[in-house]
Amino acid sequence: MRLLRDKWQVITMPVLLVLFLITGVLSLGTGAVEFNAGEVVRAVIAGLNGQMRGLEITPRETIIFYIRLPRVILAAMTGAALAASGAVYQGIFRNPMADPYVMGTSAGASLGATCAFMLPINIGFLSLGSVPLLAFAGSLVAVMLVYGLAKVGDRTPVLNLLLSGMIVSSILSAIVSLMMFVMPTGVLHGLAFWLMGGFSGRGWSNVAMITPYFILGLSIVLVFSRDLNALLLGDEPAMHLGIEVSKVTKALIVAASLLTACAVSSGGIIGFVGLVIPHVLRMCLGPDNRRLVPASLIFGATVMMAADALARIVIAPQELPVGIITALCGGPFFVYLLRQYKTDSYQL
Amino acid sequence: MIFIVGRMSVMSFEENEAIIEVNDLGFSYGPSAILKNVTFLVEAGEFLGILGPNGSGKTTLLRCMTGTLKPSCGEVFLDGRGLSSMKRREVAKMVSVLPQEPATDFGFTVQEFVAMGRLPHLERFEKEGPYDQKKTKWAMEVTNTYHLRGRLITSLSGGEVQRVFLAKALAQEPRILFLDEPIAHMDMNYQVEMLDTVKRLNQEHGLTVVAIMHEANLAAAYCDSLLLLSEGTVFDKGPIERVFTVENIEKLYGLDVIMLRHPVNGTGLVFPVYGETCSARP
Repeated sequence: MRLLRDKWQVITMPVLLVLFLITGVLSLGTGAVEFNAGEVVRAVIAGLNGQMRGLEITPRETIIFYIRLPRVILAAMTGAALAASGAVYQGIFRNPMADPYVMGTSAGASLGATCAFMLPINIGFLSLGSVPLLAFAGSLVAVMLVYGLAKVGDRTPVLNLLLSGMIVSSILSAIVSLMMFVMPTGVLHGLAFWLMGGFSGRGWSNVAMITPYFILGLSIVLVFSRDLNALLLGDEPAMHLGIEVSKVTKALIVAASLLTACAVSSGGIIGFVGLVIPHVLRMCLGPDNRRLVPASLIFGATVMMAADALARIVIAPQELPVGIITALCGGPFFVYLLRQYKTDSYQL
Repeated sequence: MIFIVGRMSVMSFEENEAIIEVNDLGFSYGPSAILKNVTFLVEAGEFLGILGPNGSGKTTLLRCMTGTLKPSCGEVFLDGRGLSSMKRREVAKMVSVLPQEPATDFGFTVQEFVAMGRLPHLERFEKEGPYDQKKTKWAMEVTNTYHLRGRLITSLSGGEVQRVFLAKALAQEPRILFLDEPIAHMDMNYQVEMLDTVKRLNQEHGLTVVAIMHEANLAAAYCDSLLLLSEGTVFDKGPIERVFTVENIEKLYGLDVIMLRHPVNGTGLVFPVYGETCSARP
């Protein structure tokens, strides 16, 4: 039996990198004002130069460097974070249906972020970072709740996980709705805009806000990616391979929640990326997380940049929420892949 | 010359040394005690079979001995070191475990899976080196699974899966191999093949084997010694010739048995005396 991955394993990573770069440049060039690839690259270099030496840059370069670039970077980070946390959740819960959206982590993060919106704005150092911080707290609480509810002995059966994810998700979403109902109109406008999902109007400050969470979460995942492979075999078999299972699981849950918090606080709730990307890549690369996690990062970033670019141009000059694009494209594509390779790939 | 003598004396000392010491082990789950006052030694190179009726605590004992369960009292020593003070990775360098019904719901190929046995020997970011690859290949060859290396675990038959799990356990380079009813759900030909492989490793490489056995006759054929477990306590432990008797088996299982000799191998065979409803009568 030939596996899809026999053919793809070697070339997947280079292909993904090339796609990432092309999509990045194209995405920077698309929008209300069009740029060609050469102009984009020159503008980015000019912007960096201008930053370092305090030089003036042209208005067209300003559009690229101060408006498009942070937005595209934010989209890339969000996509990367969602895909990586999806891969981690699927691994630790040994469950192909786990992802930040299904697990209720996204809902938890949005509840946390909503609380942050309700807070009086000026409370010291928190003013900038309260959204991702509370989003992280919310996602952590949500995943603990879901895991606690779903757990039977040391296993989390698929059905239990899905059910408790759904329950926790809907309770948390109801609380968010309730808060929206009672909150002042001014705050509500900002929140609704944010909850719909998307990257319009985001700037360098948003990038700066989530970068620490992104780096911390990502480092933990990369450090433990081989342990995550062992966890796929089950808790006891992983112990027999010398893995401190409960410690590693906790670290990975924290890491995945950090990444989810990043994604939700920069782009709102965006479904499907966390579920689909790791699955698609698993078909090409196999379940080894040492390959899967980096590939998920790059491919997740690529897909999200592309989705964001689409969101900008489909009904220009208006913008679509990016979550609509990911669900509309991701869903059918996933079904197609599932039918195609059902026999040998619908597993971790 | 002196060096050689010194080395030999060390070796002979090691051969007699207990590699596993279970000392007054107890395990309770809530109010009910599953294991009580379990004490015994396993020598390096011994092939120990654990026999006992369902619910006698065999699997719990195995879990306490491999450190996945914490005993309520008592201690297990592996090569003189207390299990409770050892890191999981230190245990994994010494011990590997073949589970009863291995889960196979993951998409690793045989090669990738067996190579995971090298995990305890690798540092966090260390890649598998030539020695690890050699050991992985050896483990697959010994278990006759090398030709399956490119296949997905999920595409294998039950017997092949067990052999692949054994290969992973061996790639771990254990000094002690624990088997939890390794052959309970296998066809007869696979049972014999599996036990032959394990026995060969036991004889040729001095691998210590502790196996929960379902089938008393296979235990008698392959094990050096037996531990009989009854209601969470050690009923008897010793060499096959002394422990594998009609009286012991009758008491252990609460059943009348007869004992025969295997006409080819000469090992003991016990059979139950069947009930009245048995169809063929002399």
